[in-house]
Amino acid sequence: MVYLDYAAAAPVLPEVYEAMLPYFTEHWGNPSSIHELGEKAREALEKARAQVADLIGAAPEEIIFTSCGTEANNFALKGIAWAHENRGKHIIISSIEHFSIMHCAKTLERWGFEVTRLPVDRYGMVNPADVEKALRPDTILVSVMHANNEIGTIQPIAEIGRICRERNVLFHTDAVATAGLIPVNVEELNVDLLTLSANTFYGPKGAAALYIRKGVRIQPLLDGGIQERGLRAGTENVPAIVGMGVAAAIAKKEMNSRIQHLQALRDRLIEELPKRIPDTILLGHPHQRLPNNVSVAIEYVEGESMLLFMDMAGIKISSGSACVSRSLKVSHVMLAMGISAATAQGSLVFTLGIHNTEKDVDQVLEVLPPVVQRLREMSPLYHKAKHAQASKQPSGGGQGVQR
Amino acid sequence: MYSAKVMEHFLHPRNVGVIEDADGVGEVGNPACGDVMTFYIKVKEDRIAEIKFQTFGCAAAIAVASMISEMAKGKHITEALKITNKDVAEALEGLPKQKLHCSNLGADALHKAIEDYLARKKEKEAGDDGNKPSCAR
Repeated sequence: MVYLDYAAAAPVLPEVYEAMLPYFTEHWGNPSSIHELGEKAREALEKARAQVADLIGAAPEEIIFTSCGTEANNFALKGIAWAHENRGKHIIISSIEHFSIMHCAKTLERWGFEVTRLPVDRYGMVNPADVEKALRPDTILVSVMHANNEIGTIQPIAEIGRICRERNVLFHTDAVATAGLIPVNVEELNVDLLTLSANTFYGPKGAAALYIRKGVRIQPLLDGGIQERGLRAGTENVPAIVGMGVAAAIAKKEMNSRIQHLQALRDRLIEELPKRIPDTILLGHPHQRLPNNVSVAIEYVEGESMLLFMDMAGIKISSGSACVSRSLKVSHVMLAMGISAATAQGSLVFTLGIHNTEKDVDQVLEVLPPVVQRLREMSPLYHKAKHAQASKQPSGGGQGVQR
Repeated sequence: MYSAKVMEHFLHPRNVGVIEDADGVGEVGNPACGDVMTFYIKVKEDRIAEIKFQTFGCAAAIAVASMISEMAKGKHITEALKITNKDVAEALEGLPKQKLHCSNLGADALHKAIEDYLARKKEKEAGDDGNKPSCAR
């Protein structure tokens, strides 16, 4: 099997798995308990908090563990909106956010908040000047994702953060695609809140965190006990959080070598795919890009068909095509970049991981071109395009008006 | 996700192609909605003698078109016009809920091709009577 869908899910590292095991069967206490069993669990929890904080240059008390990135994003948006609504009810997001931000913003609109959605350019990049223009006296929060897994473009977060800070507006970034993969430092990025998730860096599913800068007022999403400084009630998922901590420590140590490895594979795919498959368009920014992301649109064919043929050949990839989504809608990310719905249908997304090899890339380059050719041969769009090209060729007569 | 029958038709679609001198052509869908399907038919004595299709779309769309082409081949046009979306989905041993619209598309494209054939036929007959309209279409 060749797995190139690491943004969807990644396996847990063996070291991470080993570290988690005792917390299922041996140290299974509740971190809130006063007795020794609780103490063991609490120590592990706090160690993991320090490891996660260290990954992003934060202080341990600025880390609040959540069950997933989606929860952390909901917490950031709704928690800040509720805590600051007396100051204003205006929020700014980008038009290419993850659904956990997009849909949260819609809910807030129903609750009486006003949301501005920033445009992106054809590379999927937010212009910091647009943030500046969108800021109002009643703006309480700006949220722009660090990078989008579907197109790989890395946003100018530090610059946007600087603008927000000057205007005294809180700034959140969804760093699920970047934290643990590339250097992420909350000081350098000028952020007040940041979402990260363990599975991005080979930690388990079910563990994520929201970084909340010291002094930032926020309302909890869940009411209950005093876990996580009273900001996230509910007994902590200790084994998963322990796994997240260990994975964070390894990610920090191995980051540079991982990036080099991924980038080499990524660049070979980006270079070779259009050579072997004509009418292949690279999506996202050519340089400001995640080291593990290759996103392309292959004209005249549809993503799901390609994906299934690739799956038959043992290659697991993803697509932003409407036919792949359950809602049958073309990805809002590609539409925001100005990509036509027809082109977006041919979307293929490869997200590489540390286990991938050059052989994996070779296999994609070998298997995909004939799959595309086969589907193009049955595509009416391909035939029309070829006919149009042929008739564009200079010929003596020219077409007369038929009446 | 898909039934074995859908996968079989998707992997080995029947009657893919174009009939250059078709008696009827039906195209439905647009790329923005996800799928485009074109059917070409040759009709002899009101029977579908030959049928070909092209599809831009997902596995379900391809399987639906392939299945319909088999169901319609050799049928009298009045019978072929009776093929419903439900018939196609049933012949394919079911389609995922969100893909049912693909079977819609397939039946529509076939019916459109037949209607095109009937319209051309009528026009031709009218033409034989010397009543050809000055602006066709």
